[in-house]
Amino acid sequence: MVEPRIIPRVVIVGAGPAGTRAAEACVQAGVRPIVLDEGRRDGGQIYRRQPDNFTRPYAKLYGSEAGRAQALHETFDGLKGAVDYRPETLVWNIAGGHIWTASQTYADTLPFDALLLCTGATDRLMPVKGWQFAGSYSLGGAQVALKSQAVSIGHKVVFMGSGPLLYLVASQYVEAGANVVAVLDTAHYSARIKALPDLLAVPSVLWNGVALTMKLKRAGVAVHNGIKPLEIKGNADSGVSGVRFRTGAGAEQEIICDAVAMGHHLRPETQLADLARCAFAFDPGTRQWLPKRDGDGRSSVAGVYLAGDGAKILGARSAEASGRLAALAALGDLGLPVDKGEMASLRGDVGTYAKFARGLAKAFPWPSEQASQLPDDAILCRCEGVTAGDLRGVMRETGAKEANRAKAFSRVGMGRCQGRYCGLAAAELIAAEAGVPVEQVGRLRGQAPVKPLTIAIGEEQ
Amino acid sequence: MSAASDVIIVGGGLMGSSAALFLRGHGLSVTLLETDLIGRQASGTNFGNVRRQGRPIHQLPLANRAIAIWRQSRELLGADVEYLQSGHIRVCYRERPELVGSMEDYAAKAREEGLELELLSGNALRDKFPFFGPDVLAGSYSATDGHANPRLAAPAFARAAARLGAVIHENTKIVDAQKVGEDFIVTAVDGRTFRAPILLVTAGAWGNALSSQFGEPVPITPKGPNMSVTEPVPYGILPAIGVMTPIEEETVYFRQVARGNIVLGGSTRGPSFPDQYRAYVEPQNTLSQLKHIRRLAPSLGKLNIIRVWSGIEGYMPDSQPVMGPSATTSGLYYAFGFSGSGFQIGPGVGETMAEVIAKGATDIPIAPYRIERFATPT
Repeated sequence: MVEPRIIPRVVIVGAGPAGTRAAEACVQAGVRPIVLDEGRRDGGQIYRRQPDNFTRPYAKLYGSEAGRAQALHETFDGLKGAVDYRPETLVWNIAGGHIWTASQTYADTLPFDALLLCTGATDRLMPVKGWQFAGSYSLGGAQVALKSQAVSIGHKVVFMGSGPLLYLVASQYVEAGANVVAVLDTAHYSARIKALPDLLAVPSVLWNGVALTMKLKRAGVAVHNGIKPLEIKGNADSGVSGVRFRTGAGAEQEIICDAVAMGHHLRPETQLADLARCAFAFDPGTRQWLPKRDGDGRSSVAGVYLAGDGAKILGARSAEASGRLAALAALGDLGLPVDKGEMASLRGDVGTYAKFARGLAKAFPWPSEQASQLPDDAILCRCEGVTAGDLRGVMRETGAKEANRAKAFSRVGMGRCQGRYCGLAAAELIAAEAGVPVEQVGRLRGQAPVKPLTIAIGEEQ
Repeated sequence: MSAASDVIIVGGGLMGSSAALFLRGHGLSVTLLETDLIGRQASGTNFGNVRRQGRPIHQLPLANRAIAIWRQSRELLGADVEYLQSGHIRVCYRERPELVGSMEDYAAKAREEGLELELLSGNALRDKFPFFGPDVLAGSYSATDGHANPRLAAPAFARAAARLGAVIHENTKIVDAQKVGEDFIVTAVDGRTFRAPILLVTAGAWGNALSSQFGEPVPITPKGPNMSVTEPVPYGILPAIGVMTPIEEETVYFRQVARGNIVLGGSTRGPSFPDQYRAYVEPQNTLSQLKHIRRLAPSLGKLNIIRVWSGIEGYMPDSQPVMGPSATTSGLYYAFGFSGSGFQIGPGVGETMAEVIAKGATDIPIAPYRIERFATPT
């Protein structure tokens, strides 16, 4: 048994489902954690809270998950006196056992005994020719516009991609009265049938998904399965004007619209785990590199714990369980008494959600082959304006076939998003061109700052 | 049976890659061995200054040789390494007026070596380049210096060398080198061996590991540059800018690339770990760099940095490289330990070492860099 520190310094990054439940566990154990969050309000992405002066009811904002959203928000509100909550604070680096933060130009450095990374996820995107035009959004971005500001991304909106978020955001748009002209899913319906045994691990969430699809159909929204995106039509001045795709039956079709929301489920935000020097491993199921962790959330680095979708995409319900579990693991490691029985039960919950997540991956597979089929003139990296043809040309000229090497020579992934949006697709394209498995392409090394950092940092301390 | 050639080069940075290219020009067969991938550490992660001003006067002939290669790099390499002869300005601050005298002395001596420098007052500089802050007292402008892209340069030299027949082995970590009879036998970690009568060590921070095998240990210290880059903004700053100061933390510099990003460098260097093949940017060094950048050019405070990086550099105690023949072993040559200042002269180093190896002599003064200066008296 480790002697507990008099006041263990616990830092939680992220105030979404995982971060909130982790903070709650700390407070219950008598520890006052520091909770750092980039958002203006707690809740994270999926349970994003509307601005203070907005008054839409929970049922309207969160649908079937209204009860969970409300419970999470109320938990966080109840913790406020007991946690050191620092919203609008970016963690831009982790080094030497310290966290480096920026809040506008204010810089701070925090030591920690335990660090819980609950950093959440962003959309996993597959580039489509024309995706750089104004009016092209990620599913998450479209959802933020609606939840936070109660606006639609366009007058005629197409949802394209795959995964549960495709149906969720589309139905939220329908619910809000927006004009959803079509839902275009790259996954075949048959994949969902095959995935049923795994999806039945969490019947209520499965039922929610079915209900969303039915709601879209009732609203008269055209839903196409097994499509292949060909092009987002438009131009640099007036933005998106339509979507061209191949139907599951093989016919080419075009739909007129002025906005597209796209995405293929989610990818974890792992840069902080990388900067904390956590070991990573390739996960064949999602074709992503993920930070290694044990069943309780311990990373390969002592004192650093990983929870929620920031470690692996297992969904919001799992995030609540894994956030609490990782916090209990951290508190136990710090020598505080923890309920071993509860930890075992939480491990069971996380395992159930993991089975469901495997089902989702089968039902809505990442269409990796689309990266290699991108036409040469399609932009692959939007930040740097690098086309698929540019990258292929660089590979031919230089022989580069490793992710960081291809980045150094072509600028793919070198822009302000640091490859968070194009990196997975770029790796698939490199793998296909080089004729190697995607894990051999490696992963883009995380580099500070995690998000853009003002040069004025530290100006007014 | 080991692979044989006229020359083995150990270390695929800019020095080794350019030496390989120029050795092929002399008709010698070349095997270039690189632990990782070409140009990934000091050569690929530095600031990209193609700067002659500020170098020791005795180094200017080498720098002049290099500038001629940079100017024809596109034709020589068949690749664009983003070389721009867009000028370089070195400035000093108000609290160090004595540095103006140093700049004047330097300019007079540099002129004799063919480098023209123009001294400008702070106000004249601000008229021309309004981004300079009020603390800038004076500056030395070199119209014929500039910058290039380090990520692209060494690999382009290596590809050009390979096209001319140099044999390049990447992912080939060397664990042993010895002279057996007339030949050097160089052994890789996987047991492959390479044989040649001439061995050139261009292994950067790892140079000492090889020179020690020939009884010539040198006091080299691994460090890493402290680099950042901004988001792209409209292209408007042509020259590269740097601060002249005796204080390491104040030594910052920046340049804008045609794409629009501004590359920031300098302030305190970080640690690097050659054995682990890693270098880290210390967050406090990023913050001190940004603070001193704001003093040099306050308006840059409106921008964001989007990425920081470092790499493994080898520093000698006198900041001068080890360059020239071995003092103990015939056929053995060195060019490493460029102490954070090797990028501009790199191609000149390659051409000069090729000349020394192929012809036995060079007109370029390299005596200040001889390895014997670190020999312990016996």
